[in-house]
Amino acid sequence: MSSLLSRRHLLRSLGVSGAGLVLAPGFLGRALAASANVPARRALVTVFLRGGVDGLSLVPPVEDAAYHRARPSLALKSPGSGPDAALKLDGRFGLHPKLEPLLPLWREGRLAVLHGVGLPEPVRSHFDAQDFVESGTPGRKSTPDGWLNRALEDEETSAALRAVALQPTLPRALFGSSGALAMGRLEEFRLRGGRRGEEAASGFSALYAGAVDEALRTTGQGAFEALSRLDEERLSRLAPASTVEYPKGPLGQRLRDIARLLRGDVGVEVAATEMGGWDTHAAQGAAAGVFANRCQELAGALSAFAADLGPKLEQVTVVVLTEFGRTVRENGSRGTDHGVGSAMLVLGGGVRGGKVYGRFDSLAPEHLQDGRDVPSWTDVRAPLAEALRACRPGVDLAKVFPGFTPPPPLGLFAA
Amino acid sequence: MSEVRRLGVEGWVEAQLARSGSKPSPELEAKLQALPTLTMSMADLARDFPPKKQREQALLDGRELQRPALIVYDLSAAKVLRAVESPGQLEEVLVDFWFNHFNVSAEKGAARWMVTSYERDAIRPHVFGRFRDLLGATARHPAMLFYLDNWRSTRDGMPRLLRRDAQSAVANADMPGDEPDEEEDPRPGLNENYARELLELHTLGVDGGYTQQDVREVARCFTGWSIRRPRREPEFIFRRRAHDPDEKRVLGQRIASGGNLEDGEQVLDLLARHPATARHLATKLARRFVSDTPPPALVERVAKAFLDSDGDLRTVYRALFQSPEFWAHEARGAKVKTPFEFVVSALRATGAEVTVRPRLVQSLARMGEPLYRAPAPTGFPEVAAPWVNSGALVARLNFSLELVSGRLPGTRVALAQLATTPAARTAEDTVDALGHSLLGAPPSAETRATILAALSKRAEAASAEGEPGPVDVPLIAGLLLGSPEFQKQ
Repeated sequence: MSSLLSRRHLLRSLGVSGAGLVLAPGFLGRALAASANVPARRALVTVFLRGGVDGLSLVPPVEDAAYHRARPSLALKSPGSGPDAALKLDGRFGLHPKLEPLLPLWREGRLAVLHGVGLPEPVRSHFDAQDFVESGTPGRKSTPDGWLNRALEDEETSAALRAVALQPTLPRALFGSSGALAMGRLEEFRLRGGRRGEEAASGFSALYAGAVDEALRTTGQGAFEALSRLDEERLSRLAPASTVEYPKGPLGQRLRDIARLLRGDVGVEVAATEMGGWDTHAAQGAAAGVFANRCQELAGALSAFAADLGPKLEQVTVVVLTEFGRTVRENGSRGTDHGVGSAMLVLGGGVRGGKVYGRFDSLAPEHLQDGRDVPSWTDVRAPLAEALRACRPGVDLAKVFPGFTPPPPLGLFAA
Repeated sequence: MSEVRRLGVEGWVEAQLARSGSKPSPELEAKLQALPTLTMSMADLARDFPPKKQREQALLDGRELQRPALIVYDLSAAKVLRAVESPGQLEEVLVDFWFNHFNVSAEKGAARWMVTSYERDAIRPHVFGRFRDLLGATARHPAMLFYLDNWRSTRDGMPRLLRRDAQSAVANADMPGDEPDEEEDPRPGLNENYARELLELHTLGVDGGYTQQDVREVARCFTGWSIRRPRREPEFIFRRRAHDPDEKRVLGQRIASGGNLEDGEQVLDLLARHPATARHLATKLARRFVSDTPPPALVERVAKAFLDSDGDLRTVYRALFQSPEFWAHEARGAKVKTPFEFVVSALRATGAEVTVRPRLVQSLARMGEPLYRAPAPTGFPEVAAPWVNSGALVARLNFSLELVSGRLPGTRVALAQLATTPAARTAEDTVDALGHSLLGAPPSAETRATILAALSKRAEAASAEGEPGPVDVPLIAGLLLGSPEFQKQ
């Protein structure tokens, strides 16, 4: 790690190197290896929708009479029955009308839906359910690290920027030994030392290299290595494609930044971000309202992301997930309470899209879990394992999801 | 620190517990008075800081009203000011702890007009009192009722829009310029949100041994606990017609039918005395004050103090602060500071004169702690891991550099006073003197050497330009504040 302290490195970390980008040797080596005989990898991007998404509004089973009975004010109308109706996916399911920007991806076969997915046992606390999804070990709270970080253990490298979170705090899924980096926005991620910049950077870099606290030491080293890779000059060349417009709001900003990193080939292997506001206990709305607004932001951001990446989307897989679904019956406040099974969206390279996957029965009360919830017929780890296998051939799934035996593949990804 | 030296550590703790030190200085008093929303009622805040539509309407009438965002800004500014300048340090830490424990977010709709009163009237008066009173005050406060949706929870099977409710809904909605709001339509039915968080977060803890059935029964007990005029003059109200009058069973205990408002109070009584609550709170307190992984023996002792004193918080704190674990060498520097703790400690260590400007509050959001806007009922994280990440770390380094070089609006640092002892002429002396005043101890040999190396580079650069230059005090101070040592409690 002493190379971290080299003068050239520090100059780069300040963006003052006149020579433009100098690839770090480790990354160069990996890039070469990838072009030779190592199987091609895709970057995996996760978007965690926090609060427990109502899968029944995201991808409503519009032809099921029980759905309409259970949700007098929240059910979406069948496709073709007016401007507020759900959009047609197949003979059984519709798509929330505000997710319309995703329809082209669906038609091109690059977007798939998995329904009835969740934790193996019902967990109705946000905190616990998110914890279990992100640790990848449902029911076990003592797991110190997260599934997405363990997925990177298949390679011995300390390169920065392998794992990036575009959100102010590091998500649980990225806790672990493969250093991960979190930032609220890409632009904020630089040292502003003014005229003392160079000395401050060299001083801090050395202080953190020698920190006694291990977490601070590794975080500091990761930060300085990442700073050097993301010098301003390089970032300025990574503006989004001019025709792409991301929606206002944090998710658009974050996906825009992730797209910049991916297009810049700075070595990102997994990226995570999140979006809140899905805990719709009250006044959830149907085609318009709180839930619909969230859908609009989500779909706008995802479709802009896909357009921004262009052909590069083939080398990227996006998984949109949540901690649990919501009750089938609407509650007294025109909202829904914490449930079990929800829906997951998968899009990008390798996805066999245009299809709703997973077991999903009628919503008649006798088919519900505890008489109130969509069961989680598919363990959330199954599609995550499948995505990892598709993105990182040879990944050791027994390490990523200890104690979990993946069921036969759902077929979400082309072999 | 001089205060601590005068009273001795135990004396200081006792004085803090007795709240004798909590009278703000005239200077702090004046600064707080300059933040007008702090003392306003919820009704006044809703009236004077209304949503956009009403502000536009008022503008047409020639009155300029202010944005509701200013309310949270005032609160954040006051929080920083009190933490930096108040003599009642323990009180400020406890207010922060309990607010976070009973978190509500100003981001959620009408809650923005309620958080000021929530902290001032429900949290602060009880942090040295009994847990049961604190719990009860949060349970009845409109901010909590609104944030966790209980205000609209009614018994199952209640007919829609009883006459009186219908009238009150209309009375609420006809506020000039108020957008037609689905939230004002009291469609009846049970809402479990508050009941669940009450059990999981506020009292028993997630492993506290309750079931989904308990959640439902607790929710039934709290039906009818509501808010009168949530967007105009928020006030607690018990809506008898919305209340489920039948018998309930909570944690194996029968709650007889016909208890009305008392059902909820009985549940709070039961929860406030429960051993699981004692353990949960003891764990959280020990995590906050001692270590991310508190010793089980300490947790047991604090939990016992809680149960033996029937939840007297002073007794609980005393058990914590008098424990050998609290004073153990390992507890020193065991925890990474939260962004708020980091900012406050930097301002205090540098003796900064603080007036607080928006930039200071924003910098906290950049470090991952947007004050009063923690989105989830869990509040901000208590343990280090989520705070320690590269983006937040870079934000801390930037804050350090900006603070010491006078580039942070709303702060003024007189570094010369910290570093100028007669001996502090050389770079070495200056590093030692500043290290002492900022870190509270001489910097480690490694830190010292590293900073001196950085300084010599600077000196080289300066002499190349033909000016030998004095010792760069801001650079030393910036490096010290951004150093790993300063990130630890």
